Amino acid sequence: MKAYKIIVLAKQVPDTRNVGKDAMKADGTINRAALPAIFNPEDLNALEQALRIKDKFPGTTVTIMTMGPGRAAEIIREGMFRGADGGILLTDRAFAGSDTLATSYAISQAMKKDNAFDIIIAGRQAIDGDTAQVGPQVAEKLGLPQVTYVEEVKDIKNNKIIMKRRLERGVEDVSCPIPMVMTVNGSAPDCRARNAKLIMKYKHAKTVTELQNSNEDYLHLYNDRPYLTIPELTVNDIEVDHAELGLSGSPTKVKTVENVVLQAKEAKVITSADNDIDQLMRELIESHTIG
Amino acid sequence: MNSVFVYCEIEDGQVAEVSQELMTKGRTLANELDCRLEAIAIGVDLDGIKKQIFPYGVDTLYVADDKRLYPYTTLPHTSIIVGLFEELKPQIALMGASSIGRDLGPRVSSALHSGLTADCTSLIIGDHFDKKQDKNYENLLYQIRPAFGGNIIATIINPDCRPQMATVREGVMKKEVLDPKYKGKVVKVDFEKYLKKEDFVVEILERHMEKSKVNMKAAPIVVAGGYGMGSKENFELLYELADVLGGEVGASRAAVDAGYAEHERQIGQTGVTVRPKLYIACGISGQIQHRAGMEESAQIIAINTDPEAPINAVADYVITGDVAEIIPKMIKFYKSNTK
Repeated sequence: MKAYKIIVLAKQVPDTRNVGKDAMKADGTINRAALPAIFNPEDLNALEQALRIKDKFPGTTVTIMTMGPGRAAEIIREGMFRGADGGILLTDRAFAGSDTLATSYAISQAMKKDNAFDIIIAGRQAIDGDTAQVGPQVAEKLGLPQVTYVEEVKDIKNNKIIMKRRLERGVEDVSCPIPMVMTVNGSAPDCRARNAKLIMKYKHAKTVTELQNSNEDYLHLYNDRPYLTIPELTVNDIEVDHAELGLSGSPTKVKTVENVVLQAKEAKVITSADNDIDQLMRELIESHTIG
Repeated sequence: MNSVFVYCEIEDGQVAEVSQELMTKGRTLANELDCRLEAIAIGVDLDGIKKQIFPYGVDTLYVADDKRLYPYTTLPHTSIIVGLFEELKPQIALMGASSIGRDLGPRVSSALHSGLTADCTSLIIGDHFDKKQDKNYENLLYQIRPAFGGNIIATIINPDCRPQMATVREGVMKKEVLDPKYKGKVVKVDFEKYLKKEDFVVEILERHMEKSKVNMKAAPIVVAGGYGMGSKENFELLYELADVLGGEVGASRAAVDAGYAEHERQIGQTGVTVRPKLYIACGISGQIQHRAGMEESAQIIAINTDPEAPINAVADYVITGDVAEIIPKMIKFYKSNTK
């Protein structure tokens, strides 16, 4: 039985679903420090699909690739605790300010470095931007076919992968030859939990930078166990045209950002008492809003 | 002047609602820019499709008609659009923020190295002065959308790359026929020159499309529930109220994510936009993405245990209290005071 090399594209995102009152600074900008950084939810759905392929086809490897600052290594470890074999952190100040196109360029150039993949799986979209663009753009830059909105990988045979797609008004089963890129929907099964044995095995996994900055007592570990070192790629490690990176490589520019300030309307405030509800319903009936 | 261009989605010989809405918006933008509105229909058996498209004020309709082009698959549609855009160089290209537009848009934008903004809630024409380059850009497309979990509203522009691409969800723009007899011209696209054999590697093995059962856009009354409803069972109350009042049930994204309601009931930036006579928001905190999909409702009632819930800011009536207690009272009064 064949084994596959899978890369899961993942992003560390601020948890925009739980924005508290201290998330906005007095000057109207976002206080990123006040938001917990999490593994983008749909990227976890993507990881689960990758791990299921690994379960079914022993010998398959699952590598998490993420682009971001040094702390994004947290989601690589998180993925390893759940069953991924390792990860690659793409990190460089030159990537800062990238829009989806510049991001896709950097990621696809990093992929081209080793060309070590059969299947690339990404979450449909990240909750900080909700654009759903990086998956298809990486596919285009690598010249690979893409299948988006995947809910389930049904089978792989004869070098073709069969998937179920979940669309607004229906479902589709499609077949796509490997190598390919797929993006996975939030309606796909949740990712499996962390595994205690894997936590023990990978808890010391660190990127080269993290290692340099730590007072590790276990330095010998990293010589004996190469899987504990998470490789980092910077612009010096991949072949890039600098004009295509970061702000300069981004066709879209943010012209203005406005903090959302709610202008409260004059609302009638009523209680849940019978009289209040009855009066409200009477008004609505009389104004022909209902009835 | 280069055109404004709309990609028309077609299912069962019908132009999708979202494409009709985009042609309406596209016509407005084209008028403002004093340029032509163009559209493309890619699919099969498209002889009559022009009748559905010209009334929106489309000047040129490009048609690629072939049985291999329906149902939609990514690569052949991308190749045709990319090839055509390289020749026509439209200044603006609009697509639905649907499972088709959000699959096709990024692929096309990557191939053309043009900027794409997803899920815009507003599109307007405006100028931009770039201080660094000391350069003024006239008549750019401002692509406006909430970002960062709805805590900010961003205006995105593509100063240098063309086309300026944007996707918009169904229901966000209003659809309006310009002139039922509008005269446009049809251009048959010589699509074979754009297609490659490898464009057909992805095969659709099976396909089940359903006509949407839920029609929230047409409902005069929408009873919507949020995460605060607590469970799928508690949503039953909302169905009961909607049934009594003759409305539809909607849901916030958090409620859909929690499995309380089906995806097609989702209201907001990443769902549908509704403008009913009455919107009853139950246990919905009211993040901006949700409000973007309902704040044009004629009347809004917010029922929430949190007196500080953001939804209250757009509400006409704020009821602070427990939905499970309040809705039965509403049903009771309504039943005993109407025929």
